Amino acid sequence: MDTKTPAVSLRNISKSFGGVPANEKVNLDIYRGEILALLGENGSGKTTLMNMLSGIYFPDEGQILIDGQPVVISSPKDAYAYGIGMIHQHFKLVDVLTAAQNIVLGLKEPGRLNMEAVARRIRQICDEYGFDVDPDQKIYDMSVSQKQTVEIVKVLYRGADILILDEPTAVLTPQETEKLFAVLRNMRDSGKAIVIITHKMHEVEALSDRVAVLNRGRFVGDVMTKDTNAQEMTNMMVGHPVSLNIQRPEPKDPKPRIEVDGLTVRSEDGILKLQDVSFTAYSGEILGIAGISGCGQKELLEAIAGLQPVEKGSIRYVEDNGTTDELIGKDPLEITSMGVALSFVPEDRLGMGLVGNMDLTDNMMLRSFREGHSVFTDRNGPKALAEQVVRELGVITPGLNTPVRRLSGGNVQKILVGREIASAPTVLLTAYAVRGLDINSSYTIYDLINKQKQAGVAVVYVGEDLDVLLQLCDRIVVLCGGKVSGILDGRTATKNEIGLMMTTVGGTREHA
Amino acid sequence: MFDLVSFIPRAVVQSIPLLLGATGETLTEKSGNLNLGIPGIMYVGGISGVIGAFLYEQAAGGSLNPFLAVAIPTLACLLGSALMGLLYCFLTVTLRANQNVTGLAMTTFGVGFGNFFGGSLIKLTGSEVPSIALSATSGYFSAALPFADSLGWFGKIFLSYGFLAYVAIALALVCSYVLNHTRTGLHLRAVGENPATADAAGINIGRYKYAATVIGSMIAGLGGLYYVMDYACGVWSNDAFGDRGWLAIALVIFTIWRPNVGILSSILFGGLYILYLFVPTGMNLSVKELYKMLPYLVTIVVLVISSMRNKRENQPPESLGLAYFREDR
Repeated sequence: MDTKTPAVSLRNISKSFGGVPANEKVNLDIYRGEILALLGENGSGKTTLMNMLSGIYFPDEGQILIDGQPVVISSPKDAYAYGIGMIHQHFKLVDVLTAAQNIVLGLKEPGRLNMEAVARRIRQICDEYGFDVDPDQKIYDMSVSQKQTVEIVKVLYRGADILILDEPTAVLTPQETEKLFAVLRNMRDSGKAIVIITHKMHEVEALSDRVAVLNRGRFVGDVMTKDTNAQEMTNMMVGHPVSLNIQRPEPKDPKPRIEVDGLTVRSEDGILKLQDVSFTAYSGEILGIAGISGCGQKELLEAIAGLQPVEKGSIRYVEDNGTTDELIGKDPLEITSMGVALSFVPEDRLGMGLVGNMDLTDNMMLRSFREGHSVFTDRNGPKALAEQVVRELGVITPGLNTPVRRLSGGNVQKILVGREIASAPTVLLTAYAVRGLDINSSYTIYDLINKQKQAGVAVVYVGEDLDVLLQLCDRIVVLCGGKVSGILDGRTATKNEIGLMMTTVGGTREHA
Repeated sequence: MFDLVSFIPRAVVQSIPLLLGATGETLTEKSGNLNLGIPGIMYVGGISGVIGAFLYEQAAGGSLNPFLAVAIPTLACLLGSALMGLLYCFLTVTLRANQNVTGLAMTTFGVGFGNFFGGSLIKLTGSEVPSIALSATSGYFSAALPFADSLGWFGKIFLSYGFLAYVAIALALVCSYVLNHTRTGLHLRAVGENPATADAAGINIGRYKYAATVIGSMIAGLGGLYYVMDYACGVWSNDAFGDRGWLAIALVIFTIWRPNVGILSSILFGGLYILYLFVPTGMNLSVKELYKMLPYLVTIVVLVISSMRNKRENQPPESLGLAYFREDR
């Protein structure tokens, strides 16, 4: 490896945004025929660094070398000219155009635009690497994984041989992830250089040949994947040793808090989203909800929070003294004032809960602006809360007055979760609380959730990672196509058992 | 009895300024620029043409060269409207000012600019009426094919118009073709839909926005020129252009951003615009005013239907009205 010339070398690259350094003097080599995993916490500058390679940002300082030659990449066009293609975390596709139109976008091929010839070449690329793309399908008709495939084909169509993928698996199902990895290995074997940005340890171990680690914008070091392990990589990433065990204290004095009975919810288009769902959430307990994404998790939480019209069934809130209160029919404000807090992290993170253009303090005020009797709002409380969240959760921000949308995804999430927990709820509903978060922040969030549990809060935790669900939750409700497939004990259940129940109601082995 | 043979040509001459305005605005909006300055730009296009024609008529005395009599006002009009387009782009693309505010300011400015120079020219000629007549120049603009009259109703409906009318239809067809069948059109649509994506694909966003907006403004400016030189027979009077610019913007929505659809739609709009002249309403002026609402009512109906159908292709360009900055997060 040492004798080869790197396809790309970054030398002393620095970049800062509004005074906050995102990268400081980073040195990195990328080789052909190798998959490099770029690892780092949220906001450690992984995406920024790669954006400088793909021409989206321009470095403040430093030098980029391609095949040993110094180059200047000042626009995405330059990047393509050097064979660098990046697949962004948020897909760069035009929704109303077809796959083929998106793929040729920006290309200056000689002659007239011949969509048939384009389609032919797309099929050829698909055959070569094992993709499945319909050139004439509109992007808005595609699933996330299809869109991602179009992105990859687009990059290959341009003849890129240095591919950068920014968190490609964040939106994929395990099966789709496997397929993607197979394709990436194919491409590596045909001599392409591949960089994958991620913070999922098991993906790094399964896929990459070499790992490079960034910490707070600085390059920490690189190691061959086969010579290291998850613990060591995490320590490098965080900068100090971390424990990779999730605590699971025994529930203290559990009492029924939310009783869901025969809940049926239909979406606006009349599709059955939840069917006859029943369970009870106890205080002082973490109830996990597992299921393939889109199986009704969102509707379930929204129904409890009063945001989703319910067709049938009941949701009862049980007070400590045993009196019950029907939640269906109450508006979200009343439900919130009863102590039900919803921290729902949707796919785009800013969709619900936070206002992107407002700063940290104002976003904290979204919860508290109704309090007090004066016509003026109280800004001191929210400001103190914002400071507390920033301090305790380690949010990286230039200041409290920064609009939330300018922060990196993980930091946005910490603010949302931090605010919801601070409202001292009796029921905490969280969905995908750690989606997109790096390992250290994830553990901070698990700790927070555990603290809530010990304080007697009934926690409903919708999660994607089965390993985490099994380590964190006391009981796990498995949803399958909007039905309860089974309720398991988190201490005794196995990953396999849950996986089966996610795909078949009751977990029978018929389709396994 | 409703006289179609005289109604249709009237509707067509009424429609041409709308068609030019709408074609220009569609092109502009496809780049993501919502140029609400179009009424002002058409106004400036008109007065620039008038200034050009006025100066040439003064300089040439009695004997006009037909080619120059057409070329000078046309070039003056294109120059005037291109400058307006450039100003709009400089403000919204380079300085990233709010597009709505800028557009409305441009309209106010354009109308004021037109009225100022219109008023000055009227003063210079010292005429009795508050208008300025350039009938010699207008004669060249509105000249129809010589054999049109001999073809009866066919000639009257299809061949009785000045050359700018045919230019307008040709421009609409060309724009349609460029938008849907060429690389440039594909890139332009991408810029208007999702500039970040287009940028990442190596398309120069600024260049496309500037080009589309300036060319669009020039096309719209021709609408103003056609109005003065052909429709109004070379007579400029302040504020006579009326609300045609706004109608052109309504037409863009009506055609769901398709210039080729604009050809027939603009004739429909033109027809609705003058329908009150052909429907016997007696002396009751308020009924006439109700008829004048028709084009706008139709636009509202189309908006309602197209938003109910909710087909992605029928929606405005996604980043319409938004400024783009690459390093914005």
